[in-house]
Amino acid sequence: MTETTLTHIGQTEPRPAGWQGIAADWSSDQRAFKNVSWGKAMMWIFLLSDTFVFGCFLLSYMTARMSTRVPWPNPSEVFALHIGGSNVPLILIAIMTFVLISSSGTMAMAVNFGYRRDRRKTAILMLLTAVLGATFVGMQAFEWTKLITEGVRPWGNPWGAAQFGSSFFMITGFHGTHVTIGVIFLVIVARKVWRGDYDTGRPGFFTSRKGHYENVEIMGLYWHFVDLVWVFIFAFFYLW
Amino acid sequence: MVDVTPADAIPPAEVAEMELYHPHSWWTKYVFSQDAKVIAIQYSATATAIGFVALVLSWLMRLQLGFPGTFDFITPEAYYQFITMHGMIMVIYLLTALFLGGFGNYLIPLMVGARDMVFPYVNMLSYWIYLLAVLVLVASFFAPGGPTGAGWTLYPPQAIMTGTPGGQDWGIMLMLVSLILFIIGFTMGGLNYVVTVLQGRTRGMTLMRLPLTVWGIFTATVMALLAFPALFVACVMMLFDRALGTSFFMPAIVEMGEQLQHSGGSPILFQHLFWFFGHPEVYIVALPAFGIVSDLISVHARKNIFGYRMMVWAIIGIGALSFVVWAHHMYVSGMHPYFGFFFATTTLIIAVPTAIKVYNWVLTLWRGDIHLTIPMLFALAFIVTFVNGGLTGLFLGNVVVDVPLSDTMFVVAHFHMVMGVAPIVVIFGAIYHWYPKVTGRMLDERLGQFHFWVTFLGAYLIFFPMHYIGLMGVPRRYNELTDVTVMTESAQHLNSFISIMAFIVGFAQIVFLFNLIWSIRHGREAGGNPWRATTLEWQTPQTPPAHGNFGKELPIVYRWAYDYSVPGAKEDFIPQNMPGAFGTSREPA
Repeated sequence: MTETTLTHIGQTEPRPAGWQGIAADWSSDQRAFKNVSWGKAMMWIFLLSDTFVFGCFLLSYMTARMSTRVPWPNPSEVFALHIGGSNVPLILIAIMTFVLISSSGTMAMAVNFGYRRDRRKTAILMLLTAVLGATFVGMQAFEWTKLITEGVRPWGNPWGAAQFGSSFFMITGFHGTHVTIGVIFLVIVARKVWRGDYDTGRPGFFTSRKGHYENVEIMGLYWHFVDLVWVFIFAFFYLW
Repeated sequence: MVDVTPADAIPPAEVAEMELYHPHSWWTKYVFSQDAKVIAIQYSATATAIGFVALVLSWLMRLQLGFPGTFDFITPEAYYQFITMHGMIMVIYLLTALFLGGFGNYLIPLMVGARDMVFPYVNMLSYWIYLLAVLVLVASFFAPGGPTGAGWTLYPPQAIMTGTPGGQDWGIMLMLVSLILFIIGFTMGGLNYVVTVLQGRTRGMTLMRLPLTVWGIFTATVMALLAFPALFVACVMMLFDRALGTSFFMPAIVEMGEQLQHSGGSPILFQHLFWFFGHPEVYIVALPAFGIVSDLISVHARKNIFGYRMMVWAIIGIGALSFVVWAHHMYVSGMHPYFGFFFATTTLIIAVPTAIKVYNWVLTLWRGDIHLTIPMLFALAFIVTFVNGGLTGLFLGNVVVDVPLSDTMFVVAHFHMVMGVAPIVVIFGAIYHWYPKVTGRMLDERLGQFHFWVTFLGAYLIFFPMHYIGLMGVPRRYNELTDVTVMTESAQHLNSFISIMAFIVGFAQIVFLFNLIWSIRHGREAGGNPWRATTLEWQTPQTPPAHGNFGKELPIVYRWAYDYSVPGAKEDFIPQNMPGAFGTSREPA
């Protein structure tokens, strides 16, 4: 599948497998990753860099949480919703997580249909992914509103360490921004797929480059990354 | 390595995916250009311009230090602002931007045999965001309260408190916003440089045939992509502390008899984040310098670089090690003493690959056909100043030696020698070396000689005495030290002497700037390959290279970058794209 955009790889004979193959690729000319296009390589390296950003955010939050001398608010209680007469802990977060992980599924299907040149299904699945992403951000907005009405602020909250609110708004805000950017680009790429830009080779408005169906996969890499980061935020912020 | 010589099975060197953007107007050709070479010149010009601001700031500081009490307009607040902006501009906006954005953009595509960076549009955005970051930084000079005076490390809590210039005004906010913008812009460029080196090389160009310049810039860019996130996070968090009243870095604190609203934050956390960026940053600046200096020495000594593979692995080793040494900047911060043991050990281990590099430079010179051209003079100056600064680094890397020397002028002398003077002389050497390729004309030789000798000797006369002042116990960051026991009369004489030298060296830079501008029209015609060098950028059909770099067909690489004075060959250099076998090359098999 990944071969589709690469017509010139520079080698025809079969390459050795395993570690020897890696060594052979890295000591060859032109490309270190033989089957990887420029766009995909760039996205992977960007994600590596972004991993460090989220890593630093989470490590800073954990440092604050471990070193504070005032009690840390209990996430099970803070993030509980009052439903049917009882407090259900973490119910909203559970639904949000479910929605976001489902969107990874629809994204993966969109990538598959993209490589099958099924424009309609690809575009619909990408838009569905975008809708799920927007739902996630919407629920996050609801969660923020609820906490703000209960008196949580970046500089303090009614239950304990001030760093609870600061870390919460900063980390979920930064992640939510990533999701929002993802939704915007999903819509843009879906439109290009729908219009058939990747079949006709229509040049991009800004870049004046031809796009490929691989762009759907590159978009997917970003989307799965944002999901994966959420899993870590979920584990370290809500479940701890 | 020899078996990768292109065979017929490999497609022609015309890279089909590279659809170049063809500019239609003057604006898209010279201003909003997507050509890496134009972007490189834009980066270099902006970095040089803001660098001159930092140079003037250093003059103002030296005025105050050399002749305390003479200049009334340099208040203590203003002095702190000069220090802060001088440091930040020099490290981030000049050195990082010039090495990676300037030399990286110009040299990477040309040296690896590519038409351009892989994503020229993103590359263009990178420059414009960098320019925006610089403008925000400049704006802080005109903001109410002036720029921040927190010191270039911006340590909280003082960075955002009332007593610090700009702490409760606009200064610190503009500084942080500018840094965040810089990091975003740099990431866009950096991704381009990395992918171009990994995936955009021409036929026959293996990683182990890359000129060391590319290796240095490439490794530094990878490091920057992993180190800048820590600074990004630190800036965001401090911005929140200042603007929203959060307490990430702010402990409970009493200011002017009043308890502030902050509590429970950790200033040490900022220091960890800052130095997790800050130490790799030293090598982000140094590794491109290492790479460039290797090439300058090889070309101008007409000899292959000694131990090419060892040089590559030393660059990678230094890059990796530099991520586990950051807390040697924090021996006096109050962190756990055992950390000091670990970080002192890793710090001293870095001296091993660094020493390998220095030996290899010297061994490259050994029995070489040394041409004392201006680039060569600057390369030699680099070896000397770098060894000098590196040795005092061994002093400061040891906890017991560092504690008494910490925050003295000795530290100032050390890092100015190792990451101020050393990389800057490489930048000068590189400009004298590649200027003929960029403009088609040579820089004036006599002005160059003047510039070199004044800069090199002057830098020593500035920073060598500073070590002594530091050993006497004179602290850094004080605007006035009259009537203090450590500041003896003789030390003050030295201080005045340093200041006078600083003005003379600064004047030499203005001569250099004149040379740069004058030679564009009046310099001697250079021709395509004035230094008789082997690397691909000297083999372009046009000088300066046209858009797309190599004309119709990309070059094919048949050998490494260091075939100088090959025994048995007719010429004393064999370009990388020259087919055929000549004499006995020393290319590692």
